[in-house]
Amino acid sequence: MNFALNLLSVAAISAGSVFFLAGTLGLLRFPDALSRLHTLTKADNVGLGLVVIGLLPLAHGVLGGLKLVVVWVLVQLSGATVGQLIAQSIRRTGPTA
Amino acid sequence: MIVQTLDIGLAALVLTLAGWTVLAHATFPAVVSYVAYGLLLSLIWVRLFAVDVALTEAAIGGGVTGVLLIGAASKLRKAALSTTERELTPPLRWAIAALCVLATLVLATIVLSLPDPPPTLAPEAVQNIAATGLGNPVTAVLIAYRAFDTMLEKCVLVLAVVGVWSLASDRYWGGAPGAPRAVTWDGALTFFAQLLPPLGILIGIRIFWIGADEPGGAFQGGAILAAMWMIIMMARLADAPAIGERWMRIALAAGPIVFLGVGILGFVAGWGFLAYPAGFAKPLIIFVEIFMTLSIAATLPMLVAGPPIRAPRP
Repeated sequence: MNFALNLLSVAAISAGSVFFLAGTLGLLRFPDALSRLHTLTKADNVGLGLVVIGLLPLAHGVLGGLKLVVVWVLVQLSGATVGQLIAQSIRRTGPTA
Repeated sequence: MIVQTLDIGLAALVLTLAGWTVLAHATFPAVVSYVAYGLLLSLIWVRLFAVDVALTEAAIGGGVTGVLLIGAASKLRKAALSTTERELTPPLRWAIAALCVLATLVLATIVLSLPDPPPTLAPEAVQNIAATGLGNPVTAVLIAYRAFDTMLEKCVLVLAVVGVWSLASDRYWGGAPGAPRAVTWDGALTFFAQLLPPLGILIGIRIFWIGADEPGGAFQGGAILAAMWMIIMMARLADAPAIGERWMRIALAAGPIVFLGVGILGFVAGWGFLAYPAGFAKPLIIFVEIFMTLSIAATLPMLVAGPPIRAPRP
C-alpha cells in the first residue's frame, strides 16, 4: 500500500514537473505574447495540479491535504485572472513583442 | 547533495535577478524582476528555517512593494510623455554605482567577519518565552522583548501615509484617492475581487491568530487583509475612503495608540513601560495585536491608493 502510494507520488510529481518544464520552454520559445501566456497558464493549472496530487499522500492528515488543494485552487484563480488581465491589455494596446 | 545543489542554484538565481534588476534599462522590467527577486528571497528564508521572515518578505517585499512600484512606474511613464525626462549625467551615475558597491562591500565585510559561531540571544529568548504565554519565539521578540522597536515601526507606517497624503493639492485635501466606484462591472478582475476576499479575510485572520504559536502574526495577517482591500479597490467594487473620514483615521492610528496606551498603562500600574504583567501577558498581547493588525490592514492599502485626487464631498 505504502509502496503504491509512493509510486503514485513520484509519478504525479514527475509528470507535473514535465508540464512546468514544457511551460518554461514555451515561455522562452513561443513567438507572441498570447501564446506565451497560454503555455504559462497550462503549466500552472495542470503542472501544479499534478504536483498537489503527488503531495496528497504525504500530507499531514485530511486537513493538510485540504490546504494543499486550496493552494491549488487559489493559484488557479489568480493565474486565470492575471492571464485574462494581461490578454486584455495586449488587445487594447496591440502586441508589442 | 541534491539539496545543496538546489540551494546554490537558488542563491545564484537571486544574485542574477538582483544584477538584472539593477542593470535593466526600463523601469517596468526592473520592477517585475524586483518582485520575482522578493519571491525567490522568501524561498531562501524558508531554506534558512525562518518561515516568519519568509512570509513577511513574500507579503511585503514581493506583494505590497511590488504594487507600489508598479503604480509608481506607470505614473512615471505617463509623466515622461508630458515632460522631457532629465537623464542623470554619467559622472553622477558612476558616483551612485560606486557608493552602492561600497555599501555592499562594507556589509559583506561585516557579515564575513562575524565570529563563528555568531553571538546569539536565541537561548535566552526561548528560555523566557513561558513568561509571555506565547509559543512562537519570533512573535515574543517582536511584541515583548523588543516591543519598543515594533511600536516605533507601526508609527513609521502611519508617518508614511501622512507623507503620501501631504502630496495632495489643496483643493483635494480631505477627498478620496483613486478612481471612484465603477458604475457597471464586468470581466475577470471583478469576478476575482468578489470571489477572493471572503476566503482571504479568513486566511488573514487565521495567520494573525496562529502567530502566537506558529509562523504568522499581526504583520503577515494584516498584509493579507490589506491585499484583499487592495483587490476590491483595484476592481473598483468599492470607493477608496476619503482621507478625511474619521473612522479611517482611527483605523490607521489605532495600532500605535493602543500599543503605546498599554505601554503607558504598564508604567502607571508598575510592571514597567511596554511590559506585560505576569500571568496576564498573553491576553494583553493579543489585545494589542488585534489593533495592530487592523492598522496594518488599513495602512498598506492607503499607501497604495496614493494621495487624494478627488475633491471632498461637501
